[in-house]
Amino acid sequence: MADGSATVAFRGNRVGAVATATERPAPTRILAPDGTVPDGSRPPLPVDELLAAFRLMLLSRRVDERASNLQRQGRLGTFSPVHGQEASVVGSARALDPVRDWVVPQYRELPAMLRHGYTLERFFLYFKGNPEGNRMPDGVKLLPYQISLATQLPHAVGLAWGLRHQGLDGVVCVYFGDGGSSEGDFHEACNLAGLRRAPVIFLLQNNGWAISTPVRKQTAAPSLASRAAGYGFPGELVDGDDFFAVYDATSRAVARARAGEGPTLIEARTYRMGPHNTADDPTRYVDPAELEVHRALDPLTRLRAFLEDSGVLQAEVEERMRTEIEQEVAGALAAAEAHPGPHPAQIFDHVYGEEPARLAAQRRALEDGL
Amino acid sequence: MPVLNMVEAIRATLAAEMTRDERIILLGQDIGRNGGMFRATEGLQQRFGEDRVVDMPLAEGVIVGSAVGLACSGLRPVPEIQFLGFASQAFHQLEGQVARMRFRSQGRFPIPVVIRAPFGGNVRTPEMHSDAHEAKYANSPGLKVVMPASARDAKGLLTEAIRGEDPVLFCEPLRGYRLIKDEVPEDDYATQFGRLRTVREGSDVTLVAWSAAVVVAEQAAELGAAEGISCQVVDLRTLVSLDAGGLGEAVARTGRAVVIHEAPLTAGFGAEVVATIVEEAFWSLTAPIARVAAPDTPYPISSLEALYVPSAERALRTIRRVMQAG
Repeated sequence: MADGSATVAFRGNRVGAVATATERPAPTRILAPDGTVPDGSRPPLPVDELLAAFRLMLLSRRVDERASNLQRQGRLGTFSPVHGQEASVVGSARALDPVRDWVVPQYRELPAMLRHGYTLERFFLYFKGNPEGNRMPDGVKLLPYQISLATQLPHAVGLAWGLRHQGLDGVVCVYFGDGGSSEGDFHEACNLAGLRRAPVIFLLQNNGWAISTPVRKQTAAPSLASRAAGYGFPGELVDGDDFFAVYDATSRAVARARAGEGPTLIEARTYRMGPHNTADDPTRYVDPAELEVHRALDPLTRLRAFLEDSGVLQAEVEERMRTEIEQEVAGALAAAEAHPGPHPAQIFDHVYGEEPARLAAQRRALEDGL
Repeated sequence: MPVLNMVEAIRATLAAEMTRDERIILLGQDIGRNGGMFRATEGLQQRFGEDRVVDMPLAEGVIVGSAVGLACSGLRPVPEIQFLGFASQAFHQLEGQVARMRFRSQGRFPIPVVIRAPFGGNVRTPEMHSDAHEAKYANSPGLKVVMPASARDAKGLLTEAIRGEDPVLFCEPLRGYRLIKDEVPEDDYATQFGRLRTVREGSDVTLVAWSAAVVVAEQAAELGAAEGISCQVVDLRTLVSLDAGGLGEAVARTGRAVVIHEAPLTAGFGAEVVATIVEEAFWSLTAPIARVAAPDTPYPISSLEALYVPSAERALRTIRRVMQAG
């Protein structure tokens, strides 16, 4: 295995795709689907960083498989797999600094949350229906899961504005999708972010689907990134299955935000390989041929090919990672399953800081009945 | 003790709290240089700067939604919605996000946000400006709903709201901004939520109201007194937290109750008040409880609004009926 502090150079086309109003532009890509880097020189990334990113993608894929099985066994509730979007989630998350930057998630960004300090045990708790799972550990710069789509975008803008107001240099990365981009909150949030030059990155994962609605029925716009122009800040369209393209675009957006230059919209064009969630049956609406096209673009396979060709990753290293991941997942699941579960009166906790008398009476009535 | 009208009391309170706590920032449409549609923030931008008194784009959703994020960053935002009727364009943020972020995050992210919103009729505003939507928000757990009816309470309750840890919808009566004037102590005080205020003592019937309807109740009590009916008037002050015990005790003293509010009858907060009286004071009642409310129609255009908003005369007719019933 290569020395962890060594760096691996990769090459790519630095010029970002320019989105126009009429034609569907091609996303910026550094890593070709076969794992090669066609042309242009790139700044190097440390080997440690590459392996950590790959491991996180591998972990995410394994959690998807495990959690899907657990859901079928009735041991876990409905959840949304990341499958297919690992490069987009991990590539953006690893460009952030968990010490000062914030992640504002939707619900399909588990590896970004883990990277920031969330735990797998809490993930299992949340999808087992335990409210503890939505409590982000103290000090961890993460907002709770967001279920009501796009409502997190104004939160992210306010958070970014608030950090800047207090002289902090944190950046906020907020995740949402092609479906969420149709909500009014998207427009209002982008508009305010531009006005206040808020240090926020709008990480739009265009995975092709909003449950069963394909993106062509979501919008007539040829590119969602091009919408940024209307708010007075840059938008960039990248290949969301290319770890390097996402990492690179996010790094530049972080630098801009940190320097006080305001927001960036990044459209990471990727593909949802799995169902919307475990209650969804995509065979009702996804063309199998389209799925096969995207299977060939698998972000994990692509990064693996690059890492192997670069001599960074060997089969035994990946095997060791898989063994560790298996233990990690099993340990987290065991801890979540051993959790005593919420106390019934916990339904009253944290509704208010100062509990109204009427609610206090309802709490007592419930406790008396137990 | 100085006599202030309600908008003066609110402005003075905002200034005092902003001086005390630099985490407080105001945001809203036209609140800066223009000082707010009703001058509630007049002079505050000059005094505290553009970073703390922030003119916002015309978008209620992000005025409220960004306040959630500002609060998560450690600030204490006080957004203004120009008219409560337009808060419907932020309802998903108010009911779905502001109200339950503390709950959803299991206490990690309290949302100490006070949303100020003028509302109410008989000021001849254009359509959609006057609705009394308080019941919708009172039915949104996690939110507190505060509706002062005096300048003294506007100061005390706003101070309590700003210093507290919970999100508050603070509804200000448009008609009362300049009409309601009373003595406001200069010293620092906060008025606890969940304690109703007895505005007028009386022995025959209890009139229950909040915000501008308290003025209507007081006028009706005057009219009643001229006919020999002794009306007690109570001001709920806060719908959430509701002073259920105080309400029961007040009605038990007279045995009769009339609830007066500006919102339409059906599913108005008056229904909650009546149910609470039944729960708390049923055995003391000597007559059916009555409600004086707007009819179940949308708020009409201005030439019809005097018929729509409950008046003292309309309240008096109901009071007479209740007096004859038991």
